[in-house]
Amino acid sequence: MSSSGPAALPIPEPGQRRVSRLNLRRSLKSWHTLFSGGMSVLALAMSALALAPLVSVLFMVVVRGAEKLRPSVFWELPPAAGMPGGGIGNALLGTILMVVIASVIAVPIGVLAAVFVGELAPDSRTATAARFAAKVLTGMPSILAGVFAYTVVVLATGNFSAWAGGFALSILMVPIVMLTAADAIRGVPQKMREAAFGMGATRSQVVWHVVLPTARPGILTGVMLSVARAAGETAPLLFTALFFDYWPHAPFLEPTSSLAVLIYNFAGVPYPEQIGMAWVAALVLVVLVLAANITAQVVSGQSETPR
Amino acid sequence: MTTQAGPNTLSAPGAKPNHDLVIDCRIDNLHYGEFLALRDVEIPISHGTITALIGPSGCGKSTALRCLNRMNDLVRGFRFKGRVLLRGLDIYDEGIDPVAVRRNIGMVFQQPNPFAMSIYKNVAFGLKLNRYKGDIANRVEQALRDAALWEEVKEKLHTSSLALSGGQQQRLCIARAIATEPEVLLMDEPCSALDPIATRKIEDLMRDLKQRFTIVIVTHNMDQARRVADRTAFFYVDTSQGGRTGYLVEYAPTPAIFDSPREALTREYVAGEFS
Repeated sequence: MSSSGPAALPIPEPGQRRVSRLNLRRSLKSWHTLFSGGMSVLALAMSALALAPLVSVLFMVVVRGAEKLRPSVFWELPPAAGMPGGGIGNALLGTILMVVIASVIAVPIGVLAAVFVGELAPDSRTATAARFAAKVLTGMPSILAGVFAYTVVVLATGNFSAWAGGFALSILMVPIVMLTAADAIRGVPQKMREAAFGMGATRSQVVWHVVLPTARPGILTGVMLSVARAAGETAPLLFTALFFDYWPHAPFLEPTSSLAVLIYNFAGVPYPEQIGMAWVAALVLVVLVLAANITAQVVSGQSETPR
Repeated sequence: MTTQAGPNTLSAPGAKPNHDLVIDCRIDNLHYGEFLALRDVEIPISHGTITALIGPSGCGKSTALRCLNRMNDLVRGFRFKGRVLLRGLDIYDEGIDPVAVRRNIGMVFQQPNPFAMSIYKNVAFGLKLNRYKGDIANRVEQALRDAALWEEVKEKLHTSSLALSGGQQQRLCIARAIATEPEVLLMDEPCSALDPIATRKIEDLMRDLKQRFTIVIVTHNMDQARRVADRTAFFYVDTSQGGRTGYLVEYAPTPAIFDSPREALTREYVAGEFS
């Protein structure tokens, strides 16, 4: 122990009266005070530094994206090489389409898995294994999901398609949905389950009528976070949905464009119109992802925390 | 026989001629895993009465209460020897569904535990669970009136129950429990999380409800038992075998427990000589 910091407390022997004068004065010159002040400043600087990439990327995207942004980009097809005008309509639609396909696959699987892992048998080996696998999967390079979907869907059907793209994205979404939903389910107060059992509810009625409705804000948060993740993914789509210059149309069995792959394709070409569209696509994508993230925040903030 | 006037007086022992048994409970022994939690309890409970279970912490009074609607079945390692007759039917018989038992016996818990949904949906929960075909809105109103909560919440039935005060939440839980007209109402220290005013309201409510629902209440508060209960069961803890095993010391009309207990242990406990 050093002598810096506030004055050391003279501790009396048991039974003795405290004799020294009280000294509660703050010492501004002590090493202790200077050190803690310096560290606070350093921590502030580092957190500002951590914000810098996000702020500068956002700034670039907004400035460059706004140059070519006009309403017609939302319903026009991308410009051919060297041609003026055009838009990102098919890519926007393709991204929405594939995220919807992915959600339709991933949300039921993720939520049901979460019911098992969070509610029915949290201590079972299956649940432990599922949780571990999900954590590994969230950190897995997303291109592996693309390779997997390529093998399972593209090679099997013989087509690059929106289905293959959606399937690849769903692989990335399931673990996010499952882990957040399982947390939300475990956060449901035990006393509410007890109340429902006390009313004579069966296990499935307790889950369906009490646990899931109570956990709904948390589950929706997980869904929105996974949607945000999936919408921005490029690598899984390169192997599965590829790219397409025209509109996707049912039954979606041909290659499908997406915002992320449009950025990837157009950012490296020598034609200014196409590069401009890549910036517009980046701006739209950022807005979509931010909107999903903010929705997730708002929804989780609305959760009714019991007293 | 002298009975005092007024709605809230305790019935003197024997003043109520109705001795028809609703619950006849005998617990020979009750284990959680290897741990003997409770032994030698016998409590017959008559219709239209309030029975209080009192005793120090860890004496098994809540455990005994939870035997009456098979809530203990949810605890891992629970084993039970004995019988609990509900109107002559042993609820621990093979082939009895604990879920069906719980639908006939309402329960109110120590912590107010309304569901995170609207006031209306909380009260309607049991009705919907049992696919009640009648006028649900009417039953919800009736239950809330019976629980002395209607006037306070009638303007905001469809707002969240979690915005209510603790005492209101507990009365909502009572409304939820009685909406399905159960035969018996179990209350596990229903006032321990409440202030004295809310406690009084719940006690008044219990006296109003006991004609329709046979009530069994666990309480830490001896004055509460004295105020509301017709009969009182005193539990104590036996530590002689190494563990902490609860058992029934004495079960008698409330005035007898407090004024002329048969057992020395009861007398010492109700006199506050130990706790």
